[in-house]
Amino acid sequence: MSAVASAGTSLAAPVARSPGYWSGVLRRLSRDKVAMVALVIILAIVLMAIFAPYLAPADPAKGSMLRRLRPIGTPNYPLGADELGRDMLSRLIYGARLSLIMGVTPVPIAFVIGGALGIIAGFAGGVVNTLIMRTIDVFYAFPSVLLAVALSGALGAGLGNALVSLTLVFIPPIARVAESVTTQVRGLDYIDAARASGAGALTIIRVHVLGNVLGPIFVYATSLVSVSMILASGLSFLGLGVRPPEPEWGLMLNTLRTAIYTQPLVAALPGLMIFITSVSFNMLSDGLRTAMEVK
Amino acid sequence: MLFYTAKRFVLMLPVAIGVSLVCFLLVHLAPGDPLSAVLPTDASAETQAEMRKLYGFDKPLPVQYGLWLGRVLQGDLGVSIASGRPVAGEVINAVENSLVLAAAATLIGFVLGSLLGLLGGYFRGTIIDRLSSFTAVLGVSVPHYWLGMVLVIIFSVQLNWLPATGGGPQGSDSKGLNWDYIRFLVLPAITMSVIPMGIVARTVKALVAEILNQEFVQALAAKGLTERGVFRHVIKNAAPTALAVMGLQLGYLLGGSILIETVFSWPGTGFLLNAAIFQRDLPLLQGTILVLAIFFVVLNLLVDVVQTAIDPRVQRA
Repeated sequence: MSAVASAGTSLAAPVARSPGYWSGVLRRLSRDKVAMVALVIILAIVLMAIFAPYLAPADPAKGSMLRRLRPIGTPNYPLGADELGRDMLSRLIYGARLSLIMGVTPVPIAFVIGGALGIIAGFAGGVVNTLIMRTIDVFYAFPSVLLAVALSGALGAGLGNALVSLTLVFIPPIARVAESVTTQVRGLDYIDAARASGAGALTIIRVHVLGNVLGPIFVYATSLVSVSMILASGLSFLGLGVRPPEPEWGLMLNTLRTAIYTQPLVAALPGLMIFITSVSFNMLSDGLRTAMEVK
Repeated sequence: MLFYTAKRFVLMLPVAIGVSLVCFLLVHLAPGDPLSAVLPTDASAETQAEMRKLYGFDKPLPVQYGLWLGRVLQGDLGVSIASGRPVAGEVINAVENSLVLAAAATLIGFVLGSLLGLLGGYFRGTIIDRLSSFTAVLGVSVPHYWLGMVLVIIFSVQLNWLPATGGGPQGSDSKGLNWDYIRFLVLPAITMSVIPMGIVARTVKALVAEILNQEFVQALAAKGLTERGVFRHVIKNAAPTALAVMGLQLGYLLGGSILIETVFSWPGTGFLLNAAIFQRDLPLLQGTILVLAIFFVVLNLLVDVVQTAIDPRVQRA
């Protein structure tokens, strides 16, 4: 959430792109051990989400009043049972689905909308810039957690509303980065040269601007995925996201809160999953930033 | 300087008006009639119309906004639907509690973060640098509501050192520097401090690395200035930005305290927001969000002005 604070500062100089730029990025990234470990963990969690029905040993929704709150290592319940006697391992595996959908989806959508707004504002300048950026400033004036909670609180709980709120939270910071990068690129000589040679605005954006601004905007957006994961599960934790009995890590953490006195380890498990996922996204994003030579 | 402050203030006004507009529209964003929470479902059409008139919902939106803004500027945030008390009073009480928590967390985060950042920046490329970066990443990646739960499990449930929840000893209003009150603050403040710690550590580390690379620092060292002397120059140059980051973090923490306050049942604005959302108490929701957002806008202005006063180089257009 607070990573959003650095939005305005991560300006990037346009990167010179030879045909080998992306293979260079991949080569550098693959040499970054920390980023590779993070990537493997993320892939594992994604696979876990996709193949949940094959991996989960039990039905995540089937409870048993007789086996409530069992400790880790109970026979047939390797990671214990939750407050309704449901298998924790299965619920954690299934939980990856909603947690990933809620945490990851807002960022690419905000990347497209915020990126487009920022690039248009930066390239057009003048009145268009003022109109777009001052509107963005208003939303940027809200601390991100507050904006997410305010919007989902007003819209009402639910997966769809939570996704809308989170997307709206991430559009302003992305748009600000996009605008500042585009403004920098716009002032460069080769844009003037293109304009002098008769290229239209769309052609200049497509050929000369996008290639130089998408990288920095993309890297910035990837750094938001980790924030989004925490915020999305946080909304569920507050009861503003997914509704019970759906398995989702934030919601599981909420319903298990009362169990901290009886089964503290079981109660802490869903949060550990959020933590691992969020750290991995952060490490991968850091690696990508270094590999793409974006400051 | 005075001119700059005035200019920043004027530039802030449209943002503040926009923020108030968003807060006003929040109520109308809510599904259904804003009155549905107050009225019984079997209320007659007559009663409904009467209530609508009473709350002013029968007028066109721009008029409603104007009237609402006029009242807000006089300090009237309306009346809470659930409690029947004026929203302004409830919010002020809650803001005070949240501010204590956020300030304590910012302070802890700033001290630890600066330390980590200085170490990382000075010992660049060493194991200390890597450890400092790793701690900073953990700080910004940890779901803090979960960290709060883990700390409660360790220090309240297992060790029984500190209270698990609450905003102070029961039945007393003794806030202040006494252990009876502070022991309630320790866990939530530490939990909340991990975010500013991570952010400050990253900022300070980048600043130190940049400053150490500048020619004047190399010149100072070449002229034979002691390590301590050079260190003083680094601190002097890093301080304005680091302090600005800290100031903004206070605003982020105050606005984002809802998750931590829920975990620890801390009686602040987050607690109020939670109640407002689940009781569909829209005036309370609107008022709380407005106060927090305006606080953040004003804080931004203050940070900017103070930063410029300390370091005129950063003056923004």
